Amino acid sequence: MDYRNILTVCPYCGAGCGLYLQVLDGEIVGVLPAKEHPVSEGKLCIKGWNAAAFVHHPDRLTTPLIREGNAFREASWDEALGLVAEQLLHIRDTYGPDALGFLVSAKCTNEENYLAQKLARAVFKTNNVDHCARL
Amino acid sequence: MAGLAAAFGSGAMTNSTPEFSQYTRCFLITGSNTTEAHPLVASHVLKAKERGAKVVVIDPREVQIGRLADLYLRPRPGTDVAWLNGLMYVIVTEELADQEFIEKRTEGFEEMWRVVQQYPPERVEEITGIPADDLRAAARMYAQNKPAAILYAMGITQHTTGVDNVKSIANLAMLTGNLGIPGGGVNPLRGQNNVQGACDMGGLPNVYPAYQPVTSPEAKAKFEAAWGVEGLSDRIGLTVVEMVNAAGEGRLRGLFVMGENPMLSDPDIQHARECLERLEFLVVQDIFLTETAQLAHVVLPGASFAEKDGTFTATDRRIQRVRKAVEPPGQAKADWEILCELAKRLTQHAIRNTQWDYPSPAEIMSEIARVAPSYGGVTYERLDREGSLQWPVPSVDHPGTPYLHKEKFTRGLGRFHAIEFQEAAELPDEEYPFILTTGRMMFQFHTGTMTRRSPKLEQEAPEPYVEMNPEDAARIGLDGTRRVRVVSRRGAIEVAVRLTERIRPGVVFIPFHYAEAAANVLTHAALDPVAKIPEYKVCAVRVEPVGEK
Ligand code: SF4
Repeated sequence: MDYRNILTVCPYCGAGCGLYLQVLDGEIVGVLPAKEHPVSEGKLCIKGWNAAAFVHHPDRLTTPLIREGNAFREASWDEALGLVAEQLLHIRDTYGPDALGFLVSAKCTNEENYLAQKLARAVFKTNNVDHCARL
Repeated sequence: MAGLAAAFGSGAMTNSTPEFSQYTRCFLITGSNTTEAHPLVASHVLKAKERGAKVVVIDPREVQIGRLADLYLRPRPGTDVAWLNGLMYVIVTEELADQEFIEKRTEGFEEMWRVVQQYPPERVEEITGIPADDLRAAARMYAQNKPAAILYAMGITQHTTGVDNVKSIANLAMLTGNLGIPGGGVNPLRGQNNVQGACDMGGLPNVYPAYQPVTSPEAKAKFEAAWGVEGLSDRIGLTVVEMVNAAGEGRLRGLFVMGENPMLSDPDIQHARECLERLEFLVVQDIFLTETAQLAHVVLPGASFAEKDGTFTATDRRIQRVRKAVEPPGQAKADWEILCELAKRLTQHAIRNTQWDYPSPAEIMSEIARVAPSYGGVTYERLDREGSLQWPVPSVDHPGTPYLHKEKFTRGLGRFHAIEFQEAAELPDEEYPFILTTGRMMFQFHTGTMTRRSPKLEQEAPEPYVEMNPEDAARIGLDGTRRVRVVSRRGAIEVAVRLTERIRPGVVFIPFHYAEAAANVLTHAALDPVAKIPEYKVCAVRVEPVGEK
């Protein structure tokens, strides 16, 4: 049996409360508030207490999908990323860089947002970069 | 946050959440459902209240925190500039302004006053419906209890006049010298956990990381050197709403979407679907098959916050570590890994480029620290040791910055703006007599892709509804009807109706978390000319019963 508490940050609102994920044998079994956290001071709201409830949900995507007609079929990473690279380059070469757009995410990490805008700007040479959270 | 950047030189929350319980003596809360949308920010407000701090809430909808307020004012929606000007009128005419702060640290007061002097409380009452004496009382409470903090959220920014609203808020805080001190300030509360970080990282069409403008030749040269590329674009890109429209017009052909559901957060959902369907290629990287992912050509399975390492930046500029607790399901991968693998493939296709080999997110952060001055001193080691760091953290020996604009504004002097009140883009009329406002509620989160898959959260709020004042319900003859059709110029949805005194007559409210009756079908696509935030908060509708009692 392997049990650990992992200190992390609530994924819901911008308050940024600290919490521990309780992990038993590779599965999240619970959430604990972080006492020493300057904002949450050992408390969480109902969203924070349920922060991990969606993580092991059966609807989670587990494999790349490629559209075929009106349905999706499962694909390997190699095939899916190959298709993405080919199509994005095709669009850039045919219509120019500003025919592409990139939506980054208020739910992803700083590092991921940094890489996503770097991809748009450095590789495709477009500033069509935004996220939905101003909404 | 264009309004704050124009006034102060920085668009972020000026102060820190823990300062509220420690220092603040008066809160002015507007357009923020704080107890429901940011419960643990609200708990610092409540702690302050226990030691005697005053709370003024100004919001058209009776938000939960309004019940705890010392003063609670309900303006007509869309009239924020008018009551803000009115507060300033009272503060100046009753000599409650901070003259020394205005003289030493600001510019533009005279111009602003030429406009504000036209807003005596009696005129403001005509525009907003706030009784003149209540406005006076609110102005005194805010000005006489220093430090005073203004808290606001999307209720203020989601208007065609959003940037004006924020500039007016900045005016009010400068007028009373409530900047550059602990417990004061102008504090926009960010809705989602990492909105602040997404903006800081350059997830915007006009700036590189740390708000370095894409139009600046120095910034361009700097990033070309850092990324080992040539020919970075110096044209400002499209915003999300503009991208959706450009897709509809065939100007945008390909869209890469990481962890977002623009279908549901677009103000006009049917229009968004039609536009996205016209794309030649849509890639969606997400953890669930969202409404947007269902339209995609390729879907890439990403990892949730519990399955990867990284950092989030909270609303008070607080950078914190996210830590991997479990493996992603099946073949799903961390989004940063997917991006690196894709970039490597792309760069093999004959584009000269810098390398995309990052052994772990810690090395990505080292690169961020090199190119983003406000993150210059951030390392994973420090975050592990110190818990969190608030930017700006210019160097590794800098402790971070709990409150901004101490002694000097980012732009030098704080700038007052003269703002006239303008009516909202769509007003109620005979055919559409109600003002619809939309927003969050306690148990659902933004577009609901995460909370709606969390059984406990779903139970708390199982069904979409419209809130309406009982007086209005009687007037339109609802007569006990439980379901209604809400109709705007753009579409109609059927929802349950909840009667409540919490909402003022003439106004109805729908939470926007639900795919099956998305309030966004009804809302308005008029955009703020600068910040380009769709006007969710004000749109005209009518309400009809649909049989069934
Ligand atoms: S626990 Fe609640 S208040 Fe804290 S960050 Fe999460 S959602 Fe926000």
